[in-house]
Amino acid sequence: MNQSLFVIILNFLVDSLTFGAVFMYGSTGEIITEKGGHLNLGIPGIMCMGGAGGCIALAVLAPVVPPAVLVIAGILTAFLMASVMGVIYSFLTVTLRANQNVTGLALTTFGVGLMKVLMSNKNLMKAEVYLVKPKDYFRWPFSLLQRPLQDAGLSAVQGLGIMFFMAVAIAIVASIVLYRTKIGLNLRAVGENPATADAAGINVTRYRYLSTIIGSGIAGLGGFYYIIDYMVSQEAYLSIEALGWLSIALVIFVLWRPHMTIPGSFLFGVLFSCSPFLAALGMNITMAAKPVFKMLPYVVTVLVLIISSVRNKRENQPPASLGLNYFREER
Amino acid sequence: METERIPSLEMRGITKRFGEVVANRNVNLKVYPGEVLAILGENGCGKTTLMNMASGIYFPDEGQVFVNGREAVIRSPKDAYDLKIGMIHQHFKLVDLFTAAENIDLGIRGSNLKDVNARVREIADKYGFVIDPEKKIYEMSVSEKQTVEIIKVLYRGADILILDEPTAVLTLQEIRKLFSVLRSMVQDGKSVIIITHKLNEVLEVSDRVAIMRKGEHIATVDTCDTNESQLTEMMVGKKVALNIERSEPLDPSPRLEVRHLNARDKEGLPVLKDVSFTVNGGEILGIAGIAGSGQKELLEAIAGLQPLDSGEIIFHNPKKDKPVTYFHKSQRRVRELAKQGAFHYTDGRPVDVKTMTRRQVTAGEVLFNEDEIMNLRDKTPLQIRQLGVRLSFVPEDRLGMGLVGNMGITDNMMLRSYRKGHAGMLNRKKPAELAKQIIQELEVVTPGISTPVRRLSGGNVQKVLVGREISSAPKVLMAAYPVRGLDINSSYTIYNLLNRQKKSGTAVIYVGEDLDVLMELCDRILVMNSGAVTGIADGRTVEKEELGYLMTKTHHAGGEEAEQE
Amino acid sequence: MIHLAKREKMNPLAAWGIRLAAFVLGLIVCGLLAFLMVEKLQKEPGKILDFYKCFIDGISSQNAKSFFENRKLWVFMKNTAVLLCIALALTPAFRMRFWNIGGEGQTLVGVLAAIAVSLYLGGRKGEESLLPEWALVILMFFAAVIAGAVWGVIPALFKAKWNTNETLFTLMMNYIATFLVSYFLIIWVPSGSSALGKLPYGSLPNIMIYPEKASAPSNKYLLIILISLVLAVGLYIYMKYSKHGYEISVVGESERTARYVGIKVKTVTIRTMILSGALCGLTGFLIAAGLDNSVTTESVGGQGFTAIMVSWLANFNPLLMILTSGIIIFLNQGADQISTTLSVSGAFPNVVIGVMLFFIIGCEFFINYKICRSRDERKEAVR
Repeated sequence: MNQSLFVIILNFLVDSLTFGAVFMYGSTGEIITEKGGHLNLGIPGIMCMGGAGGCIALAVLAPVVPPAVLVIAGILTAFLMASVMGVIYSFLTVTLRANQNVTGLALTTFGVGLMKVLMSNKNLMKAEVYLVKPKDYFRWPFSLLQRPLQDAGLSAVQGLGIMFFMAVAIAIVASIVLYRTKIGLNLRAVGENPATADAAGINVTRYRYLSTIIGSGIAGLGGFYYIIDYMVSQEAYLSIEALGWLSIALVIFVLWRPHMTIPGSFLFGVLFSCSPFLAALGMNITMAAKPVFKMLPYVVTVLVLIISSVRNKRENQPPASLGLNYFREER
Repeated sequence: METERIPSLEMRGITKRFGEVVANRNVNLKVYPGEVLAILGENGCGKTTLMNMASGIYFPDEGQVFVNGREAVIRSPKDAYDLKIGMIHQHFKLVDLFTAAENIDLGIRGSNLKDVNARVREIADKYGFVIDPEKKIYEMSVSEKQTVEIIKVLYRGADILILDEPTAVLTLQEIRKLFSVLRSMVQDGKSVIIITHKLNEVLEVSDRVAIMRKGEHIATVDTCDTNESQLTEMMVGKKVALNIERSEPLDPSPRLEVRHLNARDKEGLPVLKDVSFTVNGGEILGIAGIAGSGQKELLEAIAGLQPLDSGEIIFHNPKKDKPVTYFHKSQRRVRELAKQGAFHYTDGRPVDVKTMTRRQVTAGEVLFNEDEIMNLRDKTPLQIRQLGVRLSFVPEDRLGMGLVGNMGITDNMMLRSYRKGHAGMLNRKKPAELAKQIIQELEVVTPGISTPVRRLSGGNVQKVLVGREISSAPKVLMAAYPVRGLDINSSYTIYNLLNRQKKSGTAVIYVGEDLDVLMELCDRILVMNSGAVTGIADGRTVEKEELGYLMTKTHHAGGEEAEQE
Repeated sequence: MIHLAKREKMNPLAAWGIRLAAFVLGLIVCGLLAFLMVEKLQKEPGKILDFYKCFIDGISSQNAKSFFENRKLWVFMKNTAVLLCIALALTPAFRMRFWNIGGEGQTLVGVLAAIAVSLYLGGRKGEESLLPEWALVILMFFAAVIAGAVWGVIPALFKAKWNTNETLFTLMMNYIATFLVSYFLIIWVPSGSSALGKLPYGSLPNIMIYPEKASAPSNKYLLIILISLVLAVGLYIYMKYSKHGYEISVVGESERTARYVGIKVKTVTIRTMILSGALCGLTGFLIAAGLDNSVTTESVGGQGFTAIMVSWLANFNPLLMILTSGIIIFLNQGADQISTTLSVSGAFPNVVIGVMLFFIIGCEFFINYKICRSRDERKEAVR
């Protein structure tokens, strides 16, 4: 009994962690974007497109290329496809000076729609081609231990694959770049006070474009990871949008610190999936508790938002020019 | 000897126009290595514009700039940095959330953040700055922020430093510290240009002084060969006759009494220091002073927009020669008025209702002038209106405060009066009539009454604003720089309007920057410097030099003591 | 060297010309996208005309005998009306520069509250209603409006007191509302299917018209369409001719001016968000009592977000919103038709709308700015 309880708990925790990686990608990408001053509400659409792009690459390439190349090609295509969404967003908001909220929402509409159209193409998207076959490559190295893990009842551990570690790495690297390097300093200056950054000789337009494009690419990986690694299901794409919104919530929850998305996403993962787990532990969990737990991440985020605005600590505020487009004053 | 040296910066024949306005006309200027050059002049004389051309903010229409003897084209702040010219603007360009070192290093390629702190300390030690490179900007005082800006410029290797009004925001001690830093930089062979309007500082810190007036360069003199009165004379120039009509005040009586006002800005620095004066009905009181001496805060304090530390603003609502007994007012009404800060006077002397016996009051033995005398302190603009005080205010920022740029004239007319009427709906009939009337009487050039006012020219915008403010037949009219940026004709329209108000018994407060206008328009001129009143002069008899002296005079010793705390 | 200059004001005709051009360009791009993604089109390129014809078919049944029986047209008007209502609700907040992107949640709690009343005071199928139908509908109305207002005013209170970022706050409130609904669905539907089904009581058409004719589209939808139009005109009047509307405009344009004339910015913020939320709640009531008689997490179906774009596209002008919401629904239904006719995924409408929005959003730039080729000043300087 003790052994199995341990297994249940460990499975659950690992599962929450791997699920959380979706948010790690989404939030890290959005944080990079927001630090440059762009409130990109297109993240759900971007994550969808990243997922679609990667899956299509897998579907096309799986029969012809070796596994290692396939993994890299999938990840690259997901990144690229999502970046293209970032390009659209930046072009509309930076170059054409459109309202950020409206552009972001339009991007979400577009991305979610396009992904569903692409992913529902039954001729192209064959589960055994793009999901089943590459699965083990993405779940390297634990996929090598498939049998022993299954025997031990720790099948969730397999989820700790390449893309999970990549998410952790990206979150940490993003934090280092943002808070420890010149590029990060310049980017934060652009998000805080673009006029000052401009006066200091920083190319605001370039920084805003690049931060949005790179941020979108990273977020897109989240969608891809969710489909081919975490869920490994043909229906997975239908639920990406909701995860996109949750990623935006996580950005606020971790107060714009990418490395904090690692524990943050774990917590969100736990809340999101804890009701069946608690039931499995024999706790008296009613069905009604499930939505309450799922609601908790948002409630907690709102509380964080309120508390940080009440305490008014400067470091914990949204980037000062978030949501505002910058144009140099014309003379 | 000077002819042998090569100036580190020379500006030759510089002319800059903004539309019709000539900001600089054929200005020549030289600064040598190892000296402090002060550029002295009144507001709007083109000092800052000139220096903006040296630092790449503007580009001259005519003329040349030489750096170390070589002609230079400075098109951006970056070009200026490349030529080792750095300017410290009045409004700091810093990211609040960053540390000093991060701000200093911002935008520089290839530097290592770790080395920055060391280099910043090195620069600070060399010139005697005190700075903590790891302190965040938002935790800093104004003077610390200025230090960051100066080090930022030095860090980028500037040899020519331009400081725009660096002392305006500093306390006396901080100014001394700044000056000692400047001197050590000069000893290091750097050139320092300091834009200022404070005579004592010019004499204290500079080696030479360039005086500018109305966009032109008047003279450059060695500081040791000059004195305050000579500088003042060059700065303000000879009096120019403008022929603005000025009538004798009719039967002036106190309308607004300002007593010992003290206020601070958001950063906690004093902006008003013990300001007291009285303005009478039927006169124009001018307020002179270098911009930023507290004029804006004073007017906003009276209008109920600037919180006060202490002081009273007493308004006399004249209903003269109508003495009434206590019976004419209910006891409750008296108490209400007393609560609101109203006092009842008799025979011109205040009477405290509390000290009188009930019988004395109710018997009707004591006559009260019905003058309602109210304290406007700590009242919001709305409360002031609800008290029935007709106080009009033409703010300096016309489109950002006085008017709504995206609304038409009619809707802007309603800003003050839209609450009238009990229904929830607006009544645009009267405002529209008023709009038409103002367009007609003040000759406002506009395509229509619903054209957004931001599309009108500056003069027309001002006519709309002044027109609205005087339409309510104010008892007090305050106008801040009402003719700034206006052409001659529009300016005279405004003067006439103010004069008309004066004749109808309004107390007019006119804040202006052109001394000639102040001296011809106003009955009395109050001069402010650094938030304090340095003197009140008679507009008819005062000499221009005296005003110039008052404007630049450091306020009395008491204020200094307070500052040094 | 190219630089941008803000246009003073563009000739309205030219502005609409640009918008129309953007619209047509967007449609062409949609056609190209369809060509890439729809196999039927690739096989028979001639069908591309059908593609565009679908937009007409989307809003009009060809075999309808009369206007009143033209089902698709009525559905079009109904959908437009609902979208319009939410867009109108958001507009006062937007005019105040308060980014209320919580329309989805505010509407959804409205639906939820109305259905709660219908369920507890009315009852399920086969149960006797506690209240007469009209009383029930009125109670549903108040419940919805109050719920929406509460949902809207919470972020406003924090904005007024602590300047809490309203965009992020209202966004989060949407999802809290969604999960609130799924919570109640689990409570209300013991089977666990989360499908509440149509409730029998508290139906708006029932009390307004002859119940036996209530199922005809013209009867069922007429009231909602009328209410949305009345609301559009009403809000137009409110924004333009009422003191409140005037205050909202002043606060939105410049808080400094507002303080200068003695407008209490906080009061206006809170009051306006109560209004905005209440109108969303009203829309929720219309959805609950007028259309669905039920609630799901998808009762609003993302229209709260679409409405933001509708309001923005109309430049926050309530009357223009009739047009912009119509266009969005027109595109939506056209694309819906395309997905049936050409058998593509049901998500295709979103692609079409997304692309069209990009073009419409982008074209505003060319209306507000002109691109000038400026003389090269450096050359002159060296001269």
